[in-house]
Amino acid sequence: MAVPIAWYLILSAALFSIGVFAFLIKRNIITIFMSIELMLNAVNLAFVAFANHWHQVSGQIFVFFVMVVAAAEAAVGLAIIIAVYRSRETLNVDQINLMKL
Amino acid sequence: MTEVSPALRILPEILLTVTGVLVMLVESVLGVKTSRKPLGALAIFGTLATLVASVYQLQLPAGTAFFGTVQSDAFSVFFHLVIGGIVLVTLLVSLDYFEGHSSYVGEYYALILFGAVGMMLMTSSVELLMVFISLEISSISTYILAGYRKRSATSPEASIKYFLLGSFATAFFLYGIALCFGATGSTNIYEIAKGVAGGASPLLLTVAFGMMLIGLGFKVSLAPFHVWTPDVYEGAPAPVVGLMSTAPKAAAFAVLLRIAYGAYGTLAHVWMPLIWILAILSMTIGNLGALTQRNVKRMLAYSSIAHAGYLMVAFTALAPMGIAAASFYTAAYAAMNVGAFAILSYLSGFDEKRTNLSDYAGIARRHPVAAAAFAVFLISLIGIPFTAGFFGKFYVFTAALNSGNAWLAVIGLLNSGVAAFYYLRLLAQMYMVTEEQTVAPDNVHARPAFVLGVAILVLAVFALGIFPNRALRLARAGAATFAAQATAAQNISAAVLPR
Repeated sequence: MAVPIAWYLILSAALFSIGVFAFLIKRNIITIFMSIELMLNAVNLAFVAFANHWHQVSGQIFVFFVMVVAAAEAAVGLAIIIAVYRSRETLNVDQINLMKL
Repeated sequence: MTEVSPALRILPEILLTVTGVLVMLVESVLGVKTSRKPLGALAIFGTLATLVASVYQLQLPAGTAFFGTVQSDAFSVFFHLVIGGIVLVTLLVSLDYFEGHSSYVGEYYALILFGAVGMMLMTSSVELLMVFISLEISSISTYILAGYRKRSATSPEASIKYFLLGSFATAFFLYGIALCFGATGSTNIYEIAKGVAGGASPLLLTVAFGMMLIGLGFKVSLAPFHVWTPDVYEGAPAPVVGLMSTAPKAAAFAVLLRIAYGAYGTLAHVWMPLIWILAILSMTIGNLGALTQRNVKRMLAYSSIAHAGYLMVAFTALAPMGIAAASFYTAAYAAMNVGAFAILSYLSGFDEKRTNLSDYAGIARRHPVAAAAFAVFLISLIGIPFTAGFFGKFYVFTAALNSGNAWLAVIGLLNSGVAAFYYLRLLAQMYMVTEEQTVAPDNVHARPAFVLGVAILVLAVFALGIFPNRALRLARAGAATFAAQATAAQNISAAVLPR
């Protein structure tokens, strides 16, 4: 018996929410970056579920592009994180506060 | 009708990509000590060729290519010209900016060009997959550009803040696309429009629009999503701020226009209130925030939030007029804001020694020409007649009034009054306060490329303020391409849901 699409969507929404909350409460830049990746993968799950629902392959193609872009983003992001660590010697966002809001 | 070659539909993007790749290739061949200026000149010529190619696209009949993913029409050409112009001036202004300070100048030009490819593709794509990819091309390039003064402490901080919040926003935008796909079974703007008109789940569609609005709201720094703006603008190099406060925003606004009017045209009553709230919040928070700032770059950052709010006012107007007003406003805003940051980069130099309001005391006596140009841009930002800013605001508020949004126009005008105060405070500081003796004499020289770039911007500010008709006609032609789609969607709606 096939799993109803709603279950996939609930899982996807839950993962996305966990990602959002982790982004807001975590203090280490790497962990914050990981929570963004979690959000992107939650979206991927939603895409695949909808693609199956509509019998449209375009949703699955979208997922490939999301993964490629996430890889590019990770490459740039980690490079920026290294640049920050070199100038501050910390990865705690509370200490990266030369410019106040 | 003759078939247009698909390559012609993305000719400007092809030219920019080829130039960017050439810059990267030549960069690797040049010696360590060699000046990178020829690469800058190459990039400038590539951008000029792109502008010509965009004008050429105007003669093509509007249409799509590459399986309906990109569309070239008057609307995309208008935004191509705005973005191309911003890139051209940014390259001219930064040609001498890095001299002797950074060994990665070749990559700087290439990144600007690649970023511009993404921004231009955003304005011409009618497929959300394409929008997503080009949004990322433009974003990833600007994340790196924001951190270009990497030996300073603030620049990597600006870069990481921009990167984290930008990626966060992208995830929201992406979730919106996924929900939109779930509701309509397609990611093509026209297919979505059919689905929206044909009665696809309104709840799912509304949530999807809200998510996409959050994502794009972050990119254009609309008010509840603006927190990153002042920090990033303060830390990033001034010429880069000029670029990233205008070009990616123009592109994101073009995407928002395509989604709101192209795909969601028949659900306008649902998204209109959201836009209302964002417009009022952005204008008010932006202007009140700018009042309290002592740092000039932060002040201009808050002012850019306010200007994004004025632009959102145009979104609430009726379709053709609102789109034309919004398009015109992006062009006017680009001319004056790039100009203001260009002058900032000139006066404060690579190590940004003039940051506070008090550092600009009596600068008119020491740098009369630069101060005069700065004054022109600030006057335009206030919105005084005969400048681009005046007509931009004029069209936006007239469009709002004609669509019965009198209250929004009134709030906007009140905000413009508040805004005048902090721009005038800077002007007064420049012209009326006598210079403090403690400031060391600086030896900044205006190079020809910089003068040319600023001259182009001053001319653009006056041209858009005195003879706005040519730009406005193109903006209206762009808006007209939406009208045709809207009627088509209405017809489907009428056929599916008989009343």
